[in-house]
Amino acid sequence: MAPPRNRRPGFSRRAQYSLFLGYVIAVAGSLVGAVLLALATLDPPAFAALRATMAEVTTPISSGIAGVGRGIAAVPSSISGYIAVRQQNARLRKELDDVHALLMRARTLSYDNRRLKALLQMRERSAGPVVAARLVSSSASSTRRFAVLNAGSWQGVHPGQPVRGPEGLIGRILETGPNTARVLLLSDPESIVPVRRTRDGLPALAAGRGDGLIDIRSASIANVGFEPGDVFVTSGTGGIYSPNIPVARVLKRARDTALARTFAQPDTLDFALVQQAFMPVTPAATATRP
Amino acid sequence: MRAPTRGPFDAAPPPAAVRLLPAGSVLLASLVTIWPFIATFPILPPLGLMMLLGWRLTRPDVLRIWAPLPLGFFDDLISGQPLGNAMLLWTLCFFMIDLIDQRLVFRDFWQDWLIAAGSIGFCLIAGRLITAPIGAHVDTVLLLQIVISVMLFPFVARLCVWLDRKREGK
Repeated sequence: MAPPRNRRPGFSRRAQYSLFLGYVIAVAGSLVGAVLLALATLDPPAFAALRATMAEVTTPISSGIAGVGRGIAAVPSSISGYIAVRQQNARLRKELDDVHALLMRARTLSYDNRRLKALLQMRERSAGPVVAARLVSSSASSTRRFAVLNAGSWQGVHPGQPVRGPEGLIGRILETGPNTARVLLLSDPESIVPVRRTRDGLPALAAGRGDGLIDIRSASIANVGFEPGDVFVTSGTGGIYSPNIPVARVLKRARDTALARTFAQPDTLDFALVQQAFMPVTPAATATRP
Repeated sequence: MRAPTRGPFDAAPPPAAVRLLPAGSVLLASLVTIWPFIATFPILPPLGLMMLLGWRLTRPDVLRIWAPLPLGFFDDLISGQPLGNAMLLWTLCFFMIDLIDQRLVFRDFWQDWLIAAGSIGFCLIAGRLITAPIGAHVDTVLLLQIVISVMLFPFVARLCVWLDRKREGK
């Protein structure tokens, strides 16, 4: 390749000045970039408004493409569903009969449970759902794990609220715009969720690793053994996540820090349910946020 | 200072769409991250950066030295990295390439590829050090992402050349 260009653009003063000015702008701009980066690192929600504005524009595009994709993907299944409807009907009837006895038993148990809780006079805060929406896109090229939710402050979504799917916990709301919200996924390296083991109530912390899995760290005593298949649910400590949302299952036997896979796999999930924060710690801080 | 008036035999200045095509293509490449797909680990190559490098290395005169600033600002708003990340790192890459342009004047595509690989690796590793805590287990996938991006760069460069030919052909 020939030399791309001469450094001096010619005898024109104007061209020389504009080239020089370009370098001045580039150096000054990179310094501004460094300052912005420092600000954003020290105070992560600093530029939330800018990001939210951009997400307002991109989210309808994402959800539109996703809608078309779902429509195309649904064609084969709806054809096969039409053909297989008779067998499916018979199977479902049989399943209904099988489940009926189980349902009766569960109803009795639920009634008993309610009665006993009333006897104990336990106060329970119910974490009501705020809105059900879709996760439409994610930070696929970054080492952070964010997703964009197709609902925002106009739908009652506020920072700090937990987000769950049908299988388990997905993450929590980090920033909101009018119609979009940014979700910190469980697998983000900076996400930490207080959990407990279902078997014996052992308290632990579920910390994201960044590669799609999470680490379960023992929170109370040293030298705890984790077995593969141990199931962890949220404990309600800290006030963000309401208790008993399934979080993760341990993959390998380990001591003190175990590798675990989340129940909700974000790449397969369709709907996400935003819940009220279990016990909003600082309602004043969220009220002053514009 | 008044702009020189165009003589009757001078070529007409290119329309705005033609002049803005390189920047527009970089913006579009940055926008690939809004594709409806929830990634569990960083797998998507930094396409905005690759497109920018593709233009810079195949046609050095279409992008000004300060072009990475607005383009990086846009990329930061949608990529999930903190604001200022791409603004700073992409501009540093441009300065680096500008220096190399003075030293290594006659070069082949292999050298361009090497320069692009270095820039991509630099931006991704620096971005990881800035955003994710040191203890995060993202290094293996990051390496994979860098390798994929470097392997993909010739295609991006070809795309830039193709777009440039379309642009000139108009």
